[in-house]
Amino acid sequence: MADSDGRQVVSINHSTEEDVKLQEVVQAKCEGKELTKEEKQRLRKEKKQHKKNKKDDRGPPEKEKEKEKASVLAPSKPATQSPAHKAAPVPVNASASESPVAAEKPAKSKAEQRAERRARQDTERASKQGKKEGGQQSASSKPKATPNELQPVKRLPEHIQVDDPAALKKLAKKLERQQVPLRSDYGYKVSLFSHLHQYSRKNPPTQQISIPATVIHPSIVRLGLQYSQGIIAGSNARSVALLHAFKQVIQDYSTPPNEELSRDLVNKLSPYISFLSQCRPLSASMGNAIKYIKKEISNIPSQCKEEEAKRRLQECIDSYINEKIILASEAISKYAIEKISDGDVILVYGCSSLVNHILCEAFEKQRKFRVIVVDSRPRLEGREALRRLVKKGIRCTYVLISALSYILPEVSKVFLGAHALLANGYVMSRVGTSQIALVAKAYNVPVLVCCETYKFCERVQTDSFESNELDDPDDLIVTRNGKTHLENWQTVKSLGLLNLVYDVTPPDFVDLVITDLGMIPCTSVPVVLRVKNVDQ
Amino acid sequence: MLHQFWVDLLQDLPRFTETLVKMPGADKETDLSERIESFLSELKRCGSGAGSLRGSAETARETTALLRRITAQARWSNAGDLMEIIRKEGRRMTAAQPSETTVGNMVRRVLKIIREEYARSRGSTEEADQQESLHKLLTSGGSSEDNFRQHFAHLKANIIEAINELLTELEGTTDNISMQALEHIHSNEVIMTIGRSRTVEAFLKDAARKRKFHVMVAECAPFCQGHEMATSLSKEDIETTVIPDAAIFAVMSRVNKVIIGTQTVLANGGLRAVNGTHTLALAAKHHSTPLIVCAPMFKLSPQFPNEEDTFHKFVSPHEVLPFTEGEILSKVNAHCPLFDYVPPELITLFISNIGGNAPSYIYRLMSELYHPEDHEL
Repeated sequence: MADSDGRQVVSINHSTEEDVKLQEVVQAKCEGKELTKEEKQRLRKEKKQHKKNKKDDRGPPEKEKEKEKASVLAPSKPATQSPAHKAAPVPVNASASESPVAAEKPAKSKAEQRAERRARQDTERASKQGKKEGGQQSASSKPKATPNELQPVKRLPEHIQVDDPAALKKLAKKLERQQVPLRSDYGYKVSLFSHLHQYSRKNPPTQQISIPATVIHPSIVRLGLQYSQGIIAGSNARSVALLHAFKQVIQDYSTPPNEELSRDLVNKLSPYISFLSQCRPLSASMGNAIKYIKKEISNIPSQCKEEEAKRRLQECIDSYINEKIILASEAISKYAIEKISDGDVILVYGCSSLVNHILCEAFEKQRKFRVIVVDSRPRLEGREALRRLVKKGIRCTYVLISALSYILPEVSKVFLGAHALLANGYVMSRVGTSQIALVAKAYNVPVLVCCETYKFCERVQTDSFESNELDDPDDLIVTRNGKTHLENWQTVKSLGLLNLVYDVTPPDFVDLVITDLGMIPCTSVPVVLRVKNVDQ
Repeated sequence: MLHQFWVDLLQDLPRFTETLVKMPGADKETDLSERIESFLSELKRCGSGAGSLRGSAETARETTALLRRITAQARWSNAGDLMEIIRKEGRRMTAAQPSETTVGNMVRRVLKIIREEYARSRGSTEEADQQESLHKLLTSGGSSEDNFRQHFAHLKANIIEAINELLTELEGTTDNISMQALEHIHSNEVIMTIGRSRTVEAFLKDAARKRKFHVMVAECAPFCQGHEMATSLSKEDIETTVIPDAAIFAVMSRVNKVIIGTQTVLANGGLRAVNGTHTLALAAKHHSTPLIVCAPMFKLSPQFPNEEDTFHKFVSPHEVLPFTEGEILSKVNAHCPLFDYVPPELITLFISNIGGNAPSYIYRLMSELYHPEDHEL
């Protein structure tokens, strides 16, 4: 095998990288879930590769194939580690062409194959620690982005790649495999936002699901419908509803015969999550909640009985809701009430459950203040906040956001809620929040953002275009004095309506962020994230 | 009793015959006062806030036409009398609708015209600087005591001619402004505007004849005049997008220029514009986007923005919180202001029918248009 030797010599330089990656792999395996998924991906690809090579040539000697396959496995491990999904198939295919594999594999059962492979990989990993080998594949593979020592580079989320037909096809295939209906875009999209989905509220994806739904749990279908119609709106409400629905799913779940609960339940949840994100793109808080659940599920020890496991999971979910949402809001209220003094005029925007809670608590603690509620078209969420505050008995004023410059000279503080806090200190919140912060800064009014820590996310964004949500454009149509100017906007070629849902506020407009961990400046968000990761 | 009746009649007879003799003149006068009354009532009506029933240009034209009629038909013997009459009518007109400043502006323009024509008829040299200066006080002495009492035969004709010139100028303002469009708008630009301004509409349509660009219109709640603007622009094949007011800052990073119209240009170079404009101006300043104001000269008003009680104008808050929200309506204060003040520091350029100017130059233009004694009618 002079060839492979030569290749081995050439590839010595790549080996140290490989070693690091292998160590990483071992580490990751101990942490549990991550590698399993990657493993599965890789194994699936290998199966494909097997089938392909069955067709290609049936002659080559098995021994060579075995050895080559062994070396194939090692480099394809780091290959799939960096989830640049487009690059990954290439080295595997390259290796496939170089080392056609034996055809006797598919005869055994899936589980046995997996067990076999796992055992083999363990031994190989142990032997490869010092060996300089396997670079022959990486020599032929495309250069990939080197994964960060601390964290792998994240996969680009699907919902911001709508303008890429390859990504759309991939999504369609994935949804087909999971038997989740694909939702089509609606209406003319403004070119600046061609990378985002734009759906119509009149066609929820639940219409395309057959009854009874076999693949998707009915409580998830109901939840999806509530999301897409806007019945459940607001970051906290959506997360809590999601967790309750998952509790129901776990309750009704039963492990199939040859599977482990920790792995199978996670697989069961994937189509549900795809379906929900088709109904409405997931929020950052929902994403964090899902990550938490998946981690909890995969940490269930395999010897745990099903009933016990389910009970444990239900408890986890309950404690998550209690700690991260309910108790957090209590803590935040306590901090925030210190900031409200008698005679204050407080400005709030839209309907944030947390800010409403703070104001009601402050009112109960006999603070004398009055509130100005600012609202904006087309959602007009401020009216809901107005109702809640008036019911409590708080004195309120109501204006639209265009009257902001008129009303701001009266205001002493601005309290804003947040949808997510990004790792570079930007606050992602309902569209219009950044405007309020901007004008408040111009009038020197302090801006306080209230946000629970479970909404902190690791994404970074500098403007409102990169990742956003486009709501139904028909919402902007209004009838005044019997005339509707935009009635036939679809027929006019050069007219577009833009209904953004979120925007990002730069950290220099925000004076203070009140979280359950205390009052921090906007720029301390990555510190909190790091602390959270270390805790977990 | 009958005897008393005849006595009264005989006493009233001279006055009665006087009115009979004065019939033709009286006819003109009542006709004139009728016109003034109808104009005043229209002014009072059209301040409902959903954009005036007619644009400021029309109001300016009608005001000037009415003033020309007053000049032609009212009885006056010298410039001083005429100025008194016009001042009186002007006060009534501005009182009818204080937020419609074009009316007052036109009155002041006509007063300035009268002063100029009078000065020209007297043969005195055109005073380049009308402001009081120490030198003028010492050298001219009595000429500032000029009270316009001299009678000149051709004064009336001259004044009417000058007012006609003013009317032609008014008719050409929109075209003059639109002609400058191609200097400022180039291809593939993203332009933002707010609400509906006929001047800006004409400006953009003129540029669209030769260049391709994209316009974002902020709809300007609660009246949503932006929708009308957007449909009208898109009919001319201009790529238009309607955005809600809340998204102004969110999309501002992609905007190359902000072009707006205004209701009034104030004496310090600031604006009194439709509500939401101040936010737009602040967002543009934050992103260093130029803010261009298309305003014809008749919108320039010698007011300053200090008068808190006359600056803002409010309309019924049911536009903001409709009566369908009945349960909370009684417990809530709702406001619906119409105008915003935009300070001159946020404005980059004024485009008017006489060309482009910086906001710091506005006070100079004002001194050319109006006489300082007319600032208070």
